[in-house]
Amino acid sequence: MLKLLGAAVAVALTLPVPALADSAEEIAAIRREMEAMRAAYEARLQALERRLQSAEAATAGAAQTAASAASPSPAAAAAVPAPVAAPAPASLAPPATAAGAGATAFNPSISLILSGLYTHTSRDPALYGIGGFPLPPGSEIGPGTRGFSLAESELGFAASIDPWLRGAANIAIGADNSVSVEEAYVQTTSLGGGLSLKAGRFFSGIGYLNPQHAHTWDFVDSPLAYQAMLGTQYGDDGVQVRWLPPIDQFVELGVEVGRGRSFPGSDTSRNGTGMFALTAHVGGDIGESHSWRAGVSMLDAKASDQALVGFDPAGVSVAQSFSGRTRVWVADAVWKWAPNGNATRTNFKLQGEYLQGTRSGDLVYDVGGADLASTYRVRQSGWYVQGVYQFMPRWRLGARAEQLDSGTPDYGINTGLIPVQSERPRKGSLMLDFSPSEFSRVRLQLARDRARGGFTDTQWFLQYQMSLGAHGAHTY
Amino acid sequence: MHPFLHRWPALLASLLALSAVPAHAAVRVFACEPEWGALAQELGGKLVDVAVATNAMQDPHQIQAKPSLIARARNADLVACTGAELEIGWLPVLLQQSGNAKVQPGQPGNFAAADFVRKLEVPTQLDRSQGDVHAAGNPHIQTDPRNIALVATALAARLAQIDPANSAQYAKNEAEFARRWQQAIARWNAQAAPLRGIAVVSQHKAFVYLYDWLGLKEVAVLEPKPGVEPSPSHLQSVLATLKSTPAKMVLHAAYQDAKPSEWLAGNAGIAVVKLPFTVGGSDAAKDLFGLFDDTVARLLAGAAKP
Repeated sequence: MLKLLGAAVAVALTLPVPALADSAEEIAAIRREMEAMRAAYEARLQALERRLQSAEAATAGAAQTAASAASPSPAAAAAVPAPVAAPAPASLAPPATAAGAGATAFNPSISLILSGLYTHTSRDPALYGIGGFPLPPGSEIGPGTRGFSLAESELGFAASIDPWLRGAANIAIGADNSVSVEEAYVQTTSLGGGLSLKAGRFFSGIGYLNPQHAHTWDFVDSPLAYQAMLGTQYGDDGVQVRWLPPIDQFVELGVEVGRGRSFPGSDTSRNGTGMFALTAHVGGDIGESHSWRAGVSMLDAKASDQALVGFDPAGVSVAQSFSGRTRVWVADAVWKWAPNGNATRTNFKLQGEYLQGTRSGDLVYDVGGADLASTYRVRQSGWYVQGVYQFMPRWRLGARAEQLDSGTPDYGINTGLIPVQSERPRKGSLMLDFSPSEFSRVRLQLARDRARGGFTDTQWFLQYQMSLGAHGAHTY
Repeated sequence: MHPFLHRWPALLASLLALSAVPAHAAVRVFACEPEWGALAQELGGKLVDVAVATNAMQDPHQIQAKPSLIARARNADLVACTGAELEIGWLPVLLQQSGNAKVQPGQPGNFAAADFVRKLEVPTQLDRSQGDVHAAGNPHIQTDPRNIALVATALAARLAQIDPANSAQYAKNEAEFARRWQQAIARWNAQAAPLRGIAVVSQHKAFVYLYDWLGLKEVAVLEPKPGVEPSPSHLQSVLATLKSTPAKMVLHAAYQDAKPSEWLAGNAGIAVVKLPFTVGGSDAAKDLFGLFDDTVARLLAGAAKP
């Protein structure tokens, strides 16, 4: 207690007189350094002494064992490896770990994800749509193409930049030879206090699945709710701050601001920001075998003249244009089980997310046709629940159920003039995957997709996913 | 000026004083594996507050950066791990997410035990066709007590560097630990003398340092490649190998599935020995001394079986 008081007084005293504080602190720092040096040298000397002792003991011991083991053949005695001399430490200072020399030693670690698909669907994927959810043309929804196709190849680079920053980039190469920057960001490593700052292009930290790369998903495709409400996965250009309070309970709070360049936002030439997001997650363990994480996030994005394609109740596609803001709330939870926390043999993972989005603003309905301008407000929601069970090493079985509610749009005074379409798309998926090693995986997936109208699409996927080069650590 | 603003230096001072309190409290050590947690406890005594990320029933290669670990890493003053890429699948992301500047790689608060010992099985060829090989060498260094001694010296020096006010105490603790440890090594050496030259089979290449210490000979491994589960065909080939080069026993770590070892033991008529592998891996392996007492005892029992 006295120590505490003393510290408080000392700190309080040092504040008004920085010059004095500096020199006192310098002296203390030098003293600490000298003590640390002394301790290090003492330790080194002791280590040397000990090695000497054990080497001496070993020679004595070896002489004894040699004498006692003299009865078997000398060849056998020679085959016995040299006895107990302590292995020499490389040095007390950690050696440089970069194996390569010269210019290449500081190259970023490179990882490459290769993935391919064979797809069989009962309905033409070109006609795919999610009922009641008008989306920008060219959105990555549905099963893609039929037959053999190359999935996205992902090239990743990561390295420390200097003692304070690290950087990473993920370049996605599409099957159509398009190249896109999926993520390219710099991140602080040394702010301390549980704070970290990220700037650049990155996947938003909202929800559970959103920040994860496609190759870590447990199913071939992302849930319908993500496809319909977050443009499959929400990434943006901006800044993210995350903070972990100094307690033993896991709590992570995050704030993001960004450009709002992708759906549900849209790219414009505005100054300022088009997106902000708040995230809060908590998590922990229950005994040795269970761990969990749960959270709530909110994404707010602005759109102006966002081109959308919807379908009228007759199933005819209708061009629309939306200007306004979208707010998406995401509640997510994941629970993992592994006997004694050892996931090597068997483990189970249950995850679920609920998304609720409100779009409000102005809509031009049937652009190029009737061009009916109207106020627009709709509340949409969706959820998925999935479980993946590793029943024996290398083999996993998974199931996913999901449903959306498109809500009923409110067109203000124009209600009644615009055909209203409210749907509840559903989908169920089963998955079996086999991982020969932690760097390779082959997956078979069957889905019954009722995403639009009364149509049922039966989808088969056979997928491989391979990880070459540096294999970055995965998040929880 | 607002009256509150006149008071801010005092407020700030008291805030600083509050935040300075934990610095005088125990050094918070986050140990990746139980052996380093036990060692930090031996060296730090009451001066350290040790949290261990994994237990002896878990495969240290296959841990997830789960929320509870992130929270503990966030508050750590020292992260003590094996290194040599053992934790490559989870520690980097744990440290990134912790937002803790003190424990980032290159900082004094980041301690990798494997940096301080001579590593065996450093691969000459780095290719994943060889399985999950570690570029820096075999990381399971804790199975040789001589390595523990070397790491103890380095870890005590690191504790002294982080907590200079108590550097004398760490040096004293280390000297005391080293004295007891050298006595124990001499005892284990004497006990384990009959094991020298005995042929064994390992389930995973987890005991190379133990073999190097005790002079055991590894004639086969049940995993076809490091980190790849034993397959029936490979087990058959190991069984065939044992016909020409017989082994006395098959060894597996406590965290591993015993079935492949038991299958081989049953078919080849040899003993199966479960080794604690780390502190907590068996009832007797309560601390580092118990770990090697039990390891040597189990090996001797295995070798004594007809």
